[in-house]
Amino acid sequence: MSDDNRILAEDVTYAYEEADKNAVNHLSLEIREGEFVAVLGHNGSGKSTFAKLLNALYLPSSGRVLVYGMDTADDEQLWNIRQKAGMIFQNPDNQIVATVVREDVAFGLENLGVEHDEMVRRIDEALESVHMTKYAEKEPHMLSGGQKQRIAIAGVLAMEPSCLIADEATAMLDPKGRKKVLDTVRRLNKEKGITVVWITHYMEEVTEADRVVVVSDGETAMIGTPREVFSKVEKMRELHLDVPRMTALAQDLREDGLPLRDDILTVEEMAEEVARLLCP
Amino acid sequence: MLNNITLGQYYPVDSPVHRLDPRIKIILTLCLIVSVFMIHTLLGYALMLLFVMLISRLSHVPVKVMLRGLKPLRFILILTFLLNLFFTSGETLWSVWIIEITREGLRQAVHYSLRLIFLVLSTSLMTLTTSPIALSDGMELLLSPLKVIHFPAHELAMMMSIALRFIPTLMEETDKIMNAQMARGADFESGNLLNRAKAMIPLLVPLFVSAFRRAGDLAMAMEARCYHGGEHRTRLRVLRIGRNDVIACLIVAALLALIILEGIFVPTLL
Repeated sequence: MSDDNRILAEDVTYAYEEADKNAVNHLSLEIREGEFVAVLGHNGSGKSTFAKLLNALYLPSSGRVLVYGMDTADDEQLWNIRQKAGMIFQNPDNQIVATVVREDVAFGLENLGVEHDEMVRRIDEALESVHMTKYAEKEPHMLSGGQKQRIAIAGVLAMEPSCLIADEATAMLDPKGRKKVLDTVRRLNKEKGITVVWITHYMEEVTEADRVVVVSDGETAMIGTPREVFSKVEKMRELHLDVPRMTALAQDLREDGLPLRDDILTVEEMAEEVARLLCP
Repeated sequence: MLNNITLGQYYPVDSPVHRLDPRIKIILTLCLIVSVFMIHTLLGYALMLLFVMLISRLSHVPVKVMLRGLKPLRFILILTFLLNLFFTSGETLWSVWIIEITREGLRQAVHYSLRLIFLVLSTSLMTLTTSPIALSDGMELLLSPLKVIHFPAHELAMMMSIALRFIPTLMEETDKIMNAQMARGADFESGNLLNRAKAMIPLLVPLFVSAFRRAGDLAMAMEARCYHGGEHRTRLRVLRIGRNDVIACLIVAALLALIILEGIFVPTLL
């Protein structure tokens, strides 16, 4: 392993066998250590395919993906790459392997050949950091969707990865579960410095990301901080993406002649801005 | 209703028997099966009965629950008894019209029925006190020497445990699909057998489609967590042979010895 601590996609193209166009098309991206990168795109934009290219579940048809200096096309490094870049998936039911929570968290560790005592220590730690310790002996099918996703996160965390890739991890959850899962991942990003690649189509989830990458037709359509990206309301609408409700409202009000800032994302910011206008 | 399904026969209580190493339990069950075949006299069956009652007491599994395992076998039992009773030739004990009961017939009828009953009871001792997951664990470890000849011991156990993991999920899904179909007027309950079987088709098709999709997803999730078969794999659940396992072995060995002695010294009764 080299000391490179970035994930690099260099001019990556990927096509499914039966498809006539590329799912990911000459996409380049650099993800820096400790960053929270949100990948945004509507259905079929190629964002999920891109995620699976990042930990060698798919291999690029052309171009290359480097995970911490390791090429995903290199068979020798396969398990190192997947240990470094852990992944959670959309359907909470379809990624839990074992019949008891703590055994599911152990699954990745068993595969890596971690010693028993070390395994127990890491499982306890991982469950603690997703606040699921008291569910350790429960059966997964007794848990809610959000809880199952947090178990999946714990399963990845126990493998001590540097990066967590979440492939629409909140898409099948109710609003409460969605918030819990996102909060957990944000906290891990801040406290443990784990790099996060957050793939989603919910605008509200990306407002706190360090960077937003908008993917459309397998290509990077926009890239920048959430403010930079969402201030381009017209462009977003062209890409069939919504902007956060407050950003859209600000845009409408601006069109009606109110001198509002163009980078409002949250209700609080809107309130401040309106207050500023009312009593300057 | 779906929240507490128990799989197979497993009777989930805590007892010294439940806590025995599943490997030991599997081996001892095989010993019990062998000893059932070695019994020649009623005294032997009495010994066996005593043993079953002892285990029932130790494992907190009521005898009533154990006997439940015999219920599906009742027709075979009756058939075995009657066939042996009427169709064995030998010294006539009692006869009326063309029906004839012989001493040998009576002996064999009793013998085979008891043998069948105790075979079921002794395997039930294991399945009642061992969770399916522990059983598949035990099987994996016992069969692992066969890996030398490429017997897929780990893969079989993994398949078993995934199947167990997905049973509740798929049952929940069946429920959902059924409700969705009933909301649109599907009828699963009335009509004759053929009609009811036909009504199951719109239930099974989506269920299968979804099961395949789940399988694909799960395979990918397992790969993402570095699953690459049983090689160089460690285990969270470690099985250790304890004091109780040794005691259990001694008890079964004693039973086996008594049954062998009974075969040699006690003259065949009946």
